[in-house]
Amino acid sequence: MAEILVYVDHVDGAVRKPTLELLTLARRIGEPVAVALGNGAADTAAVLGEHGATRVLTAEAAEFADYLVVPKVDALQAAYEAVSPAAVLVPSSAEGKEIAARLAVRIGSGIITDAVDLEAGAEGPVATQSAFAASYTTKSRVSKGTPVITVKPNSAPVEAAPAAGAVEALAVSFGELATGTKVTARTPRESTGRPELTEAAIVVSGGRGVNGAENFAVIEALADSLGAAVGASRAAVDAGWYPHSNQVGQTGKSVSPQLYIAAGISGAIQHRAGMQTSKTIVAVNKDAEAPIFDLVDYGVVGDLFDVVPVLTQEVQARKG
Amino acid sequence: MSLRIVVCVKYVPDATGDRKFADDLTVDREDVDGLLSELDEYAVEQALQIAEEADDAEVTVLTVGPEDARDALRKALSMGADKAVHVDDEDIHGSDVMATSLVLAKAIEKTGYDLVIAGMASTDGTMGVLPAILAERLGVPQVTLLSEVKVEDGKVTGRRDGDTASETLEASLPAVVSVTDQSGEARYPSFKGIMAAKKKPVEELELDDLDIDADEVGLEGSWTAVDTADERPARTAGTIVKDEGEGGKQLAEYLASQKFI
Repeated sequence: MAEILVYVDHVDGAVRKPTLELLTLARRIGEPVAVALGNGAADTAAVLGEHGATRVLTAEAAEFADYLVVPKVDALQAAYEAVSPAAVLVPSSAEGKEIAARLAVRIGSGIITDAVDLEAGAEGPVATQSAFAASYTTKSRVSKGTPVITVKPNSAPVEAAPAAGAVEALAVSFGELATGTKVTARTPRESTGRPELTEAAIVVSGGRGVNGAENFAVIEALADSLGAAVGASRAAVDAGWYPHSNQVGQTGKSVSPQLYIAAGISGAIQHRAGMQTSKTIVAVNKDAEAPIFDLVDYGVVGDLFDVVPVLTQEVQARKG
Repeated sequence: MSLRIVVCVKYVPDATGDRKFADDLTVDREDVDGLLSELDEYAVEQALQIAEEADDAEVTVLTVGPEDARDALRKALSMGADKAVHVDDEDIHGSDVMATSLVLAKAIEKTGYDLVIAGMASTDGTMGVLPAILAERLGVPQVTLLSEVKVEDGKVTGRRDGDTASETLEASLPAVVSVTDQSGEARYPSFKGIMAAKKKPVEELELDDLDIDADEVGLEGSWTAVDTADERPARTAGTIVKDEGEGGKQLAEYLASQKFI
Protein backbone atom coordinates (compact mmCIF):
# COMPACT_ATOMS: atom_id res chain seq x y z
CA MET A 1 0.00 0.00 0.00
CA ALA A 2 1.24 3.48 -0.82
CA GLU A 3 2.64 5.55 2.01
CA ILE A 4 1.22 8.97 2.88
CA LEU A 5 3.48 11.50 4.55
CA VAL A 6 1.76 13.33 7.43
CA TYR A 7 3.41 16.44 8.89
CA VAL A 8 2.97 16.53 12.66
CA ASP A 9 1.95 19.74 14.42
CA HIS A 10 3.04 19.43 18.04
CA VAL A 11 4.18 21.57 20.93
CA ASP A 12 7.17 20.02 22.74
CA GLY A 13 5.91 16.54 21.94
CA ALA A 14 2.19 17.14 22.60
CA VAL A 15 0.43 16.38 19.30
CA ARG A 16 -2.27 18.86 18.36
CA LYS A 17 -5.66 17.46 17.41
CA PRO A 18 -5.68 18.40 13.69
CA THR A 19 -2.73 16.06 13.14
CA LEU A 20 -4.75 13.12 14.49
CA GLU A 21 -7.57 14.10 12.12
CA LEU A 22 -5.04 14.03 9.28
CA LEU A 23 -4.13 10.46 10.19
CA THR A 24 -7.79 9.49 9.76
CA LEU A 25 -7.79 11.03 6.27
CA ALA A 26 -4.37 9.59 5.40
CA ARG A 27 -5.63 6.07 6.17
CA ARG A 28 -8.32 6.53 3.51
CA ILE A 29 -5.68 6.90 0.82
CA GLY A 30 -2.74 4.86 2.11
CA GLU A 31 -0.49 4.05 5.06
CA PRO A 32 0.38 7.08 7.20
CA VAL A 33 4.05 7.84 7.85
CA ALA A 34 4.41 10.75 10.27
CA VAL A 35 7.16 13.39 10.29
CA ALA A 36 7.76 15.08 13.65
CA LEU A 37 10.37 17.82 13.99
CA GLY A 38 11.95 19.78 16.81
CA ASN A 39 11.98 19.57 20.57
CA GLY A 40 10.06 16.52 21.84
CA ALA A 41 9.66 14.98 18.37
CA ALA A 42 10.15 11.40 19.55
CA ASP A 43 7.55 11.87 22.30
CA THR A 44 4.84 12.12 19.64
CA ALA A 45 5.30 8.52 18.49
CA ALA A 46 3.02 6.78 20.99
CA VAL A 47 -0.08 8.84 20.25
CA LEU A 48 0.64 8.87 16.50
CA GLY A 49 0.98 5.07 16.52
CA GLU A 50 -2.35 4.72 18.33
CA HIS A 51 -3.95 6.69 15.51
CA GLY A 52 -2.48 4.81 12.58
CA ALA A 53 1.08 5.98 11.93
CA THR A 54 3.13 2.98 10.87
CA ARG A 55 6.39 4.92 11.13
CA VAL A 56 7.34 8.17 12.81
CA LEU A 57 10.33 9.95 11.28
CA THR A 58 11.87 12.35 13.76
CA ALA A 59 14.55 15.02 13.70
CA GLU A 60 15.64 17.37 16.45
CA ALA A 61 17.84 20.38 15.74
CA ALA A 62 18.11 23.91 17.12
CA GLU A 63 17.43 25.29 13.63
CA PHE A 64 13.73 24.29 13.77
CA ALA A 65 13.07 26.80 16.54
CA ASP A 66 15.73 29.37 15.73
CA TYR A 67 14.82 30.05 12.10
CA LEU A 68 11.49 30.54 10.35
CA VAL A 69 9.81 27.81 8.26
CA VAL A 70 12.68 26.84 5.91
CA PRO A 71 14.49 24.31 8.20
CA LYS A 72 11.18 22.44 8.47
CA VAL A 73 10.85 22.49 4.68
CA ASP A 74 14.34 21.00 4.37
CA ALA A 75 13.38 18.22 6.79
CA LEU A 76 10.03 17.50 5.14
CA GLN A 77 11.79 17.34 1.79
CA ALA A 78 14.31 14.86 3.25
CA ALA A 79 11.38 12.74 4.46
CA TYR A 80 9.72 13.01 1.06
CA GLU A 81 12.88 11.79 -0.65
CA ALA A 82 13.34 8.95 1.85
CA VAL A 83 9.72 7.72 1.67
CA SER A 84 8.59 8.55 -1.90
CA PRO A 85 5.01 8.94 -0.65
CA ALA A 86 1.83 8.99 -2.74
CA ALA A 87 0.77 12.25 -1.08
CA VAL A 88 1.89 14.73 1.59
CA LEU A 89 -0.68 15.98 4.11
CA VAL A 90 -0.06 19.00 6.35
CA PRO A 91 -2.32 20.67 8.92
CA SER A 92 -3.70 24.01 7.63
CA SER A 93 -2.07 26.30 10.18
CA ALA A 94 -0.44 29.47 8.88
CA GLU A 95 2.97 27.85 9.23
CA GLY A 96 1.79 24.48 7.94
CA LYS A 97 0.54 26.05 4.73
CA GLU A 98 3.85 27.86 4.18
CA ILE A 99 5.86 24.68 4.77
CA ALA A 100 3.63 22.73 2.40
CA ALA A 101 3.77 25.39 -0.30
CA ARG A 102 7.55 25.62 -0.32
CA LEU A 103 7.87 21.84 -0.38
CA ALA A 104 5.48 21.74 -3.35
CA VAL A 105 7.64 24.22 -5.31
CA ARG A 106 10.76 22.19 -4.60
CA ILE A 107 9.34 18.84 -5.63
CA GLY A 108 7.48 20.24 -8.62
CA SER A 109 4.04 19.40 -7.27
CA GLY A 110 0.72 21.18 -7.18
CA ILE A 111 -0.71 22.25 -3.83
CA ILE A 112 -4.24 22.38 -2.48
CA THR A 113 -4.83 24.30 0.76
CA ASP A 114 -7.59 24.29 3.36
CA ALA A 115 -9.24 21.05 2.30
CA VAL A 116 -12.27 20.15 4.44
CA ASP A 117 -12.47 16.55 3.23
CA LEU A 118 -10.33 14.08 1.33
CA GLU A 119 -11.14 10.87 -0.49
CA ALA A 120 -9.37 8.47 -2.83
CA GLY A 121 -10.02 9.07 -6.55
CA ALA A 122 -9.11 7.47 -9.86
CA GLU A 123 -6.56 10.23 -10.55
CA GLY A 124 -5.29 10.63 -6.99
CA PRO A 125 -6.79 12.10 -3.83
CA VAL A 126 -9.79 14.38 -4.31
CA ALA A 127 -9.95 17.36 -1.94
CA THR A 128 -13.14 19.17 -0.99
CA GLN A 129 -12.79 22.90 -0.33
CA SER A 130 -15.10 25.76 0.54
CA ALA A 131 -14.87 28.86 -1.64
CA PHE A 132 -16.16 32.43 -1.59
CA ALA A 133 -17.01 32.59 2.10
CA ALA A 134 -18.29 29.01 1.95
CA SER A 135 -20.98 29.81 -0.62
CA TYR A 136 -19.41 27.22 -2.95
CA THR A 137 -18.03 23.73 -2.47
CA THR A 138 -15.33 22.61 -4.88
CA LYS A 139 -13.64 19.30 -5.55
CA SER A 140 -10.06 19.51 -6.77
CA ARG A 141 -7.01 17.39 -7.27
CA VAL A 142 -3.33 17.89 -7.85
CA SER A 143 -2.59 17.20 -11.51
CA LYS A 144 1.21 17.34 -11.45
CA GLY A 145 3.68 15.67 -9.12
CA THR A 146 2.95 14.20 -5.70
CA PRO A 147 -0.19 15.82 -4.22
CA VAL A 148 0.60 18.22 -1.38
CA ILE A 149 -2.60 18.99 0.52
CA THR A 150 -3.23 21.03 3.66
CA VAL A 151 -6.34 20.18 5.67
CA LYS A 152 -8.34 22.42 7.98
CA PRO A 153 -9.00 21.44 11.61
CA ASN A 154 -12.30 19.62 12.32
CA SER A 155 -12.37 18.09 8.84
CA ALA A 156 -12.36 14.48 10.03
CA PRO A 157 -12.99 12.55 13.25
CA VAL A 158 -10.08 11.38 15.39
CA GLU A 159 -10.10 7.58 15.21
CA ALA A 160 -8.10 5.00 17.12
CA ALA A 161 -6.30 2.70 14.67
CA PRO A 162 -3.34 1.04 16.38
CA ALA A 163 -0.22 0.75 14.23
CA ALA A 164 3.47 0.26 14.90
CA GLY A 165 4.42 3.92 15.21
CA ALA A 166 8.06 2.92 14.94
CA VAL A 167 10.42 5.81 15.56
CA GLU A 168 13.11 6.31 12.93
CA ALA A 169 15.69 9.07 12.93
CA LEU A 170 15.46 11.28 9.87
CA ALA A 171 18.75 12.58 8.47
CA VAL A 172 18.43 16.24 7.56
CA SER A 173 20.99 18.57 6.06
CA PHE A 174 20.04 22.22 6.03
CA GLY A 175 20.40 24.28 2.88
CA GLU A 176 21.74 27.79 2.54
CA LEU A 177 18.29 29.38 2.84
CA ALA A 178 17.48 27.59 6.10
CA THR A 179 19.09 30.25 8.26
CA GLY A 180 17.78 33.21 6.26
CA THR A 181 15.17 34.40 8.74
CA LYS A 182 16.20 34.37 12.38
CA VAL A 183 13.68 34.13 15.21
CA THR A 184 15.22 36.62 17.64
CA ALA A 185 12.54 36.32 20.34
CA ARG A 186 9.54 34.14 21.06
CA THR A 187 6.72 34.85 23.51
CA PRO A 188 4.41 31.88 24.00
CA ARG A 189 0.74 32.78 23.90
CA GLU A 190 -0.71 32.83 27.39
CA SER A 191 -2.97 29.87 27.96
CA THR A 192 -6.58 30.75 28.70
CA GLY A 193 -7.37 27.18 29.71
CA ARG A 194 -9.99 27.13 26.93
CA PRO A 195 -9.82 24.94 23.82
CA GLU A 196 -7.95 26.22 20.76
CA LEU A 197 -10.38 28.23 18.63
CA THR A 198 -9.94 26.30 15.38
CA GLU A 199 -10.05 22.91 17.11
CA ALA A 200 -12.95 23.46 19.50
CA ALA A 201 -16.19 21.47 19.20
CA ILE A 202 -18.13 24.52 20.41
CA VAL A 203 -17.33 28.19 19.80
CA VAL A 204 -19.08 31.13 21.46
CA SER A 205 -18.40 34.46 19.73
CA GLY A 206 -19.22 38.03 20.61
CA GLY A 207 -19.50 41.02 18.31
CA ARG A 208 -20.35 44.69 18.24
CA GLY A 209 -23.38 44.06 20.45
CA VAL A 210 -21.13 43.06 23.36
CA ASN A 211 -20.25 46.74 23.54
CA GLY A 212 -17.06 46.80 25.59
CA ALA A 213 -14.07 44.70 26.61
CA GLU A 214 -15.39 44.17 30.15
CA ASN A 215 -18.68 42.80 28.81
CA PHE A 216 -16.87 39.90 27.14
CA ALA A 217 -17.04 38.26 30.59
CA VAL A 218 -20.64 37.36 29.65
CA ILE A 219 -19.42 35.56 26.51
CA GLU A 220 -16.57 33.85 28.38
CA ALA A 221 -18.94 32.62 31.11
CA LEU A 222 -21.18 30.92 28.54
CA ALA A 223 -18.14 29.49 26.76
CA ASP A 224 -16.77 28.08 30.02
CA SER A 225 -20.10 26.50 30.93
CA LEU A 226 -20.03 24.66 27.59
CA GLY A 227 -16.28 23.93 27.53
CA ALA A 228 -16.12 26.11 24.43
CA ALA A 229 -13.57 28.42 22.80
CA VAL A 230 -14.24 32.16 22.64
CA GLY A 231 -14.35 33.99 19.33
CA ALA A 232 -14.90 37.61 18.36
CA SER A 233 -16.06 39.44 15.26
CA ARG A 234 -13.79 41.87 13.47
CA ALA A 235 -15.82 44.78 14.84
CA ALA A 236 -15.15 43.65 18.41
CA VAL A 237 -11.46 43.08 17.71
CA ASP A 238 -11.00 46.38 15.88
CA ALA A 239 -12.64 48.13 18.85
CA GLY A 240 -9.96 46.59 21.05
CA TRP A 241 -12.40 44.54 23.14
CA TYR A 242 -10.83 41.15 22.42
CA PRO A 243 -7.48 39.92 21.02
CA HIS A 244 -6.97 39.48 17.30
CA SER A 245 -5.92 35.88 17.90
CA ASN A 246 -9.59 35.17 18.66
CA GLN A 247 -11.00 36.85 15.56
CA VAL A 248 -13.32 34.68 13.49
CA GLY A 249 -13.70 35.68 9.86
CA GLN A 250 -11.96 36.30 6.60
CA THR A 251 -8.91 37.97 8.15
CA GLY A 252 -8.95 35.92 11.32
CA LYS A 253 -9.53 32.25 12.04
CA SER A 254 -11.84 30.09 10.06
CA VAL A 255 -13.75 27.70 12.31
CA SER A 256 -15.97 24.74 11.67
CA PRO A 257 -17.22 23.51 15.06
CA GLN A 258 -20.17 21.28 15.87
CA LEU A 259 -21.90 24.28 17.44
CA TYR A 260 -21.32 27.98 16.80
CA ILE A 261 -23.04 30.53 19.02
CA ALA A 262 -22.96 34.14 17.74
CA ALA A 263 -23.94 36.79 20.26
CA GLY A 264 -24.34 40.40 19.16
CA ILE A 265 -22.90 39.62 15.73
CA SER A 266 -24.75 40.92 12.67
CA GLY A 267 -23.18 38.38 10.31
CA ALA A 268 -21.39 40.45 7.67
CA ILE A 269 -19.73 38.53 4.82
CA GLN A 270 -16.34 39.07 6.51
CA HIS A 271 -17.58 37.12 9.55
CA ARG A 272 -19.59 34.51 7.65
CA ALA A 273 -16.45 33.56 5.71
CA GLY A 274 -14.98 32.24 8.94
CA MET A 275 -17.91 30.32 10.43
CA GLN A 276 -20.40 29.39 7.73
CA THR A 277 -19.35 25.74 7.62
CA SER A 278 -20.19 25.20 11.31
CA LYS A 279 -22.54 22.24 11.75
CA THR A 280 -25.11 23.96 13.96
CA ILE A 281 -25.40 27.75 14.18
CA VAL A 282 -27.20 29.65 16.91
CA ALA A 283 -27.49 33.44 17.22
CA VAL A 284 -28.70 36.02 19.69
CA ASN A 285 -29.15 39.52 18.29
CA LYS A 286 -31.37 42.51 19.03
CA ASP A 287 -31.89 43.20 15.35
CA ALA A 288 -34.39 40.79 13.79
CA GLU A 289 -33.11 41.87 10.35
CA ALA A 290 -29.47 40.92 11.05
CA PRO A 291 -28.10 38.69 8.23
CA ILE A 292 -26.83 36.17 10.79
CA PHE A 293 -30.43 34.96 11.18
CA ASP A 294 -30.33 33.71 7.55
CA LEU A 295 -27.75 31.14 8.65
CA VAL A 296 -29.08 29.97 11.98
CA ASP A 297 -30.61 26.72 13.03
CA TYR A 298 -31.97 28.52 16.05
CA GLY A 299 -32.08 32.24 16.67
CA VAL A 300 -33.26 34.46 19.48
CA VAL A 301 -34.18 38.03 18.72
CA GLY A 302 -33.34 39.79 21.94
CA ASP A 303 -30.73 41.52 24.06
CA LEU A 304 -27.73 39.26 24.57
CA PHE A 305 -27.33 40.60 28.11
CA ASP A 306 -30.79 39.19 28.94
CA VAL A 307 -30.50 35.94 27.02
CA VAL A 308 -26.89 34.81 27.41
CA PRO A 309 -26.62 34.90 31.24
CA VAL A 310 -29.87 32.90 31.55
CA LEU A 311 -28.54 30.39 29.04
CA THR A 312 -25.29 30.10 31.01
CA GLN A 313 -27.26 29.40 34.21
CA GLU A 314 -29.38 26.81 32.43
CA VAL A 315 -26.32 25.05 31.05
CA GLN A 316 -24.68 25.00 34.49
CA ALA A 317 -27.89 23.73 36.12
CA ARG A 318 -28.33 20.94 33.57
CA LYS A 319 -24.72 19.88 33.92
CA GLY A 320 -25.35 19.75 37.67
CA MET B 1 21.45 53.51 -3.12
CA SER B 2 17.80 53.50 -3.69
CA LEU B 3 15.66 50.95 -1.84
CA ARG B 4 13.62 49.14 -4.47
CA ILE B 5 10.30 47.92 -3.11
CA VAL B 6 7.94 45.78 -5.20
CA VAL B 7 4.40 45.34 -3.86
CA CYS B 8 2.40 42.41 -5.23
CA VAL B 9 -1.31 43.17 -5.46
CA LYS B 10 -4.32 41.28 -6.74
CA TYR B 11 -7.46 42.45 -8.46
CA VAL B 12 -10.29 40.41 -6.95
CA PRO B 13 -14.07 40.16 -7.24
CA ASP B 14 -15.77 42.27 -4.59
CA ALA B 15 -16.48 40.01 -1.60
CA THR B 16 -19.74 41.83 -0.95
CA GLY B 17 -20.88 41.03 -4.50
CA ASP B 18 -22.31 37.78 -5.82
CA ARG B 19 -19.07 35.87 -6.40
CA LYS B 20 -19.22 32.74 -8.50
CA PHE B 21 -17.34 30.40 -10.81
CA ALA B 22 -17.31 30.73 -14.59
CA ASP B 23 -18.11 27.80 -16.92
CA ASP B 24 -14.45 26.74 -17.00
CA LEU B 25 -14.46 26.67 -13.16
CA THR B 26 -12.15 29.67 -12.89
CA VAL B 27 -13.20 32.66 -10.79
CA ASP B 28 -15.86 34.62 -12.66
CA ARG B 29 -14.42 38.09 -13.23
CA GLU B 30 -17.05 39.29 -15.69
CA ASP B 31 -20.25 39.54 -13.69
CA VAL B 32 -18.90 40.95 -10.43
CA ASP B 33 -17.20 44.27 -9.82
CA GLY B 34 -13.52 43.94 -9.10
CA LEU B 35 -11.21 45.91 -6.87
CA LEU B 36 -7.80 45.95 -5.20
CA SER B 37 -7.91 43.13 -2.64
CA GLU B 38 -8.52 44.74 0.74
CA LEU B 39 -5.70 42.73 2.30
CA ASP B 40 -3.24 44.09 -0.29
CA GLU B 41 -4.01 47.66 0.78
CA TYR B 42 -2.10 46.86 3.98
CA ALA B 43 0.91 45.81 1.89
CA VAL B 44 0.80 49.04 -0.11
CA GLU B 45 0.52 51.02 3.13
CA GLN B 46 3.56 49.36 4.73
CA ALA B 47 5.55 49.78 1.51
CA LEU B 48 4.79 53.50 1.52
CA GLN B 49 5.71 53.85 5.18
CA ILE B 50 9.01 51.99 4.67
CA ALA B 51 9.73 54.18 1.63
CA GLU B 52 8.98 57.33 3.66
CA GLU B 53 11.45 56.23 6.35
CA ALA B 54 14.17 55.43 3.83
CA ASP B 55 16.45 58.14 2.41
CA ASP B 56 15.75 57.10 -1.11
CA ALA B 57 13.19 54.52 -2.15
CA GLU B 58 11.01 53.58 -5.07
CA VAL B 59 7.73 51.68 -4.73
CA THR B 60 6.64 49.61 -7.72
CA VAL B 61 3.25 47.95 -7.58
CA LEU B 62 2.93 44.72 -9.56
CA THR B 63 -0.09 42.72 -10.62
CA VAL B 64 -0.86 39.77 -12.88
CA GLY B 65 -4.35 39.87 -14.29
CA PRO B 66 -6.67 40.88 -17.11
CA GLU B 67 -7.13 44.41 -18.41
CA ASP B 68 -9.45 45.40 -15.57
CA ALA B 69 -6.67 44.66 -13.07
CA ARG B 70 -5.28 48.08 -13.97
CA ASP B 71 -7.88 49.44 -11.56
CA ALA B 72 -6.02 47.78 -8.68
CA LEU B 73 -2.75 49.33 -9.85
CA ARG B 74 -4.40 52.72 -10.23
CA LYS B 75 -5.67 52.56 -6.65
CA ALA B 76 -2.20 51.71 -5.33
CA LEU B 77 -0.65 54.49 -7.42
CA SER B 78 -3.18 56.97 -6.07
CA MET B 79 -2.26 55.88 -2.53
CA GLY B 80 1.31 56.91 -3.36
CA ALA B 81 3.21 54.13 -5.17
CA ASP B 82 5.65 55.47 -7.77
CA LYS B 83 5.08 53.19 -10.73
CA ALA B 84 3.30 50.03 -11.77
CA VAL B 85 3.92 46.83 -13.70
CA HIS B 86 0.99 44.96 -15.22
CA VAL B 87 1.49 41.46 -16.60
CA ASP B 88 -1.47 40.79 -18.86
CA ASP B 89 -1.52 37.88 -21.28
CA GLU B 90 -4.55 35.83 -22.21
CA ASP B 91 -2.53 32.62 -21.85
CA ILE B 92 -2.35 33.29 -18.10
CA HIS B 93 -6.13 32.85 -17.64
CA GLY B 94 -6.88 30.04 -15.20
CA SER B 95 -3.41 29.89 -13.63
CA ASP B 96 -3.19 28.33 -10.17
CA VAL B 97 -0.88 29.60 -7.43
CA MET B 98 2.17 27.80 -8.84
CA ALA B 99 1.71 29.24 -12.32
CA THR B 100 0.85 32.73 -11.03
CA SER B 101 3.83 32.75 -8.69
CA LEU B 102 6.12 31.86 -11.58
CA VAL B 103 4.91 34.90 -13.51
CA LEU B 104 5.22 37.15 -10.45
CA ALA B 105 8.72 35.91 -9.63
CA LYS B 106 9.96 36.55 -13.17
CA ALA B 107 8.35 40.00 -13.22
CA ILE B 108 9.90 40.84 -9.83
CA GLU B 109 13.34 39.80 -11.07
CA LYS B 110 12.93 41.81 -14.24
CA THR B 111 11.83 44.87 -12.26
CA GLY B 112 14.70 44.57 -9.77
CA TYR B 113 14.06 44.53 -6.02
CA ASP B 114 15.47 44.76 -2.52
CA LEU B 115 12.15 44.11 -0.79
CA VAL B 116 8.98 42.38 -1.97
CA ILE B 117 5.82 43.05 0.07
CA ALA B 118 2.52 41.19 -0.24
CA GLY B 119 -0.72 40.94 1.71
CA MET B 120 -1.38 37.95 4.01
CA ALA B 121 -3.74 36.29 1.50
CA SER B 122 -6.05 37.21 -1.35
CA THR B 123 -9.70 37.70 -0.52
CA ASP B 124 -10.81 35.38 -3.35
CA GLY B 125 -8.45 32.40 -3.30
CA THR B 126 -7.56 32.91 0.40
CA MET B 127 -4.65 30.44 0.26
CA GLY B 128 -2.10 32.65 2.01
CA VAL B 129 0.89 30.79 0.55
CA LEU B 130 1.99 33.03 -2.30
CA PRO B 131 4.58 35.05 -0.30
CA ALA B 132 6.28 31.85 0.92
CA ILE B 133 6.31 30.50 -2.64
CA LEU B 134 7.83 33.74 -3.95
CA ALA B 135 10.60 33.54 -1.34
CA GLU B 136 11.29 29.96 -2.40
CA ARG B 137 11.31 30.85 -6.09
CA LEU B 138 13.47 33.97 -5.62
CA GLY B 139 15.82 32.23 -3.18
CA VAL B 140 15.62 34.99 -0.56
CA PRO B 141 14.48 35.05 3.11
CA GLN B 142 10.77 34.78 3.89
CA VAL B 143 9.59 37.19 6.59
CA THR B 144 5.86 36.62 6.49
CA LEU B 145 2.59 37.35 8.31
CA LEU B 146 3.97 40.38 10.09
CA SER B 147 1.80 42.59 12.27
CA GLU B 148 4.71 45.03 12.61
CA VAL B 149 7.47 45.60 10.10
CA LYS B 150 10.56 47.80 9.95
CA VAL B 151 13.42 48.14 7.46
CA GLU B 152 16.74 49.55 8.62
CA ASP B 153 20.42 49.16 7.70
CA GLY B 154 19.71 46.55 5.04
CA LYS B 155 17.67 44.43 7.44
CA VAL B 156 13.96 43.73 7.81
CA THR B 157 12.59 43.03 11.27
CA GLY B 158 9.04 42.34 12.35
CA ARG B 159 6.58 40.63 14.64
CA ARG B 160 4.74 37.48 13.60
CA ASP B 161 1.80 36.48 15.80
CA GLY B 162 1.41 32.72 15.40
CA ASP B 163 -1.05 30.20 16.83
CA THR B 164 1.08 29.30 19.82
CA ALA B 165 3.57 32.15 20.11
CA SER B 166 4.44 35.64 19.01
CA GLU B 167 7.83 35.77 17.30
CA THR B 168 10.27 38.55 16.48
CA LEU B 169 11.96 37.96 13.13
CA GLU B 170 15.03 39.35 11.42
CA ALA B 171 16.46 38.88 7.93
CA SER B 172 18.83 40.62 5.56
CA LEU B 173 17.62 42.20 2.34
CA PRO B 174 16.69 41.23 -0.27
CA ALA B 175 13.66 39.51 1.27
CA VAL B 176 9.98 38.74 0.78
CA VAL B 177 7.62 40.15 3.42
CA SER B 178 3.89 39.71 3.94
CA VAL B 179 1.82 41.83 6.30
CA THR B 180 -1.47 41.16 8.10
CA ASP B 181 -4.50 43.37 8.59
CA GLN B 182 -3.05 44.18 12.02
CA SER B 183 -0.09 46.04 10.49
CA GLY B 184 -1.89 49.38 10.35
CA GLU B 185 -4.87 51.02 8.61
CA ALA B 186 -4.27 51.73 4.93
CA ARG B 187 -4.47 55.37 3.87
CA TYR B 188 -7.19 56.70 1.57
CA PRO B 189 -6.02 58.18 -1.71
CA SER B 190 -6.13 61.97 -1.58
CA PHE B 191 -7.56 64.02 -4.45
CA LYS B 192 -4.01 65.08 -5.25
CA GLY B 193 -2.90 61.46 -5.17
CA ILE B 194 -5.68 60.43 -7.54
CA MET B 195 -4.73 63.18 -10.00
CA ALA B 196 -1.01 62.36 -9.75
CA ALA B 197 -1.67 58.65 -10.33
CA LYS B 198 -2.96 59.39 -13.82
CA LYS B 199 0.52 60.52 -14.86
CA LYS B 200 2.46 57.67 -13.25
CA PRO B 201 3.98 55.05 -15.55
CA VAL B 202 2.34 51.63 -15.93
CA GLU B 203 4.59 49.15 -17.70
CA GLU B 204 2.66 46.47 -19.62
CA LEU B 205 4.32 43.05 -19.92
CA GLU B 206 3.39 39.82 -21.68
CA LEU B 207 4.70 36.29 -21.19
CA ASP B 208 7.28 36.76 -23.98
CA ASP B 209 8.81 39.67 -22.08
CA LEU B 210 9.39 37.33 -19.13
CA ASP B 211 10.67 34.33 -21.11
CA ILE B 212 7.74 32.21 -19.97
CA ASP B 213 6.17 29.70 -22.34
CA ALA B 214 2.39 29.61 -22.67
CA ASP B 215 2.31 25.96 -21.59
CA GLU B 216 3.86 26.85 -18.20
CA VAL B 217 0.79 28.85 -17.17
CA GLY B 218 -2.99 28.97 -17.56
CA LEU B 219 -5.37 26.08 -16.99
CA GLU B 220 -3.10 23.69 -18.93
CA GLY B 221 0.09 24.74 -17.19
CA SER B 222 -1.36 24.65 -13.68
CA TRP B 223 -0.48 21.84 -11.29
CA THR B 224 -3.95 21.54 -9.80
CA ALA B 225 -7.35 20.99 -11.39
CA VAL B 226 -10.81 21.90 -10.15
CA ASP B 227 -13.25 19.15 -11.18
CA THR B 228 -16.49 20.53 -9.74
CA ALA B 229 -17.71 23.75 -8.13
CA ASP B 230 -21.20 23.65 -6.69
CA GLU B 231 -23.15 26.34 -4.96
CA ARG B 232 -23.61 25.37 -1.37
CA PRO B 233 -27.27 24.67 -0.70
CA ALA B 234 -28.83 27.47 1.33
CA ARG B 235 -29.08 26.50 4.96
CA THR B 236 -32.58 25.38 5.77
CA ALA B 237 -34.46 28.11 7.56
CA GLY B 238 -34.07 27.75 11.29
CA THR B 239 -36.40 28.50 14.16
CA ILE B 240 -36.36 32.11 15.25
CA VAL B 241 -37.99 33.21 18.48
CA LYS B 242 -38.39 36.62 20.01
CA ASP B 243 -37.15 36.96 23.55
CA GLU B 244 -40.14 37.67 25.76
CA GLY B 245 -38.20 36.84 28.90
CA GLU B 246 -37.90 33.14 28.08
CA GLY B 247 -35.30 33.42 25.29
CA GLY B 248 -32.40 32.05 27.35
CA LYS B 249 -34.44 29.07 28.53
CA GLN B 250 -35.78 28.37 25.06
CA LEU B 251 -32.26 28.40 23.69
CA ALA B 252 -31.14 26.01 26.44
CA GLU B 253 -34.05 23.69 25.51
CA TYR B 254 -32.92 23.74 21.89
CA LEU B 255 -29.29 22.99 22.77
CA ALA B 256 -30.43 20.16 25.04
CA SER B 257 -32.63 18.74 22.26
CA GLN B 258 -29.55 18.70 20.01
CA LYS B 259 -27.53 16.99 22.78
CA PHE B 260 -25.09 19.86 23.22
CA ILE B 261 -25.96 20.06 26.91
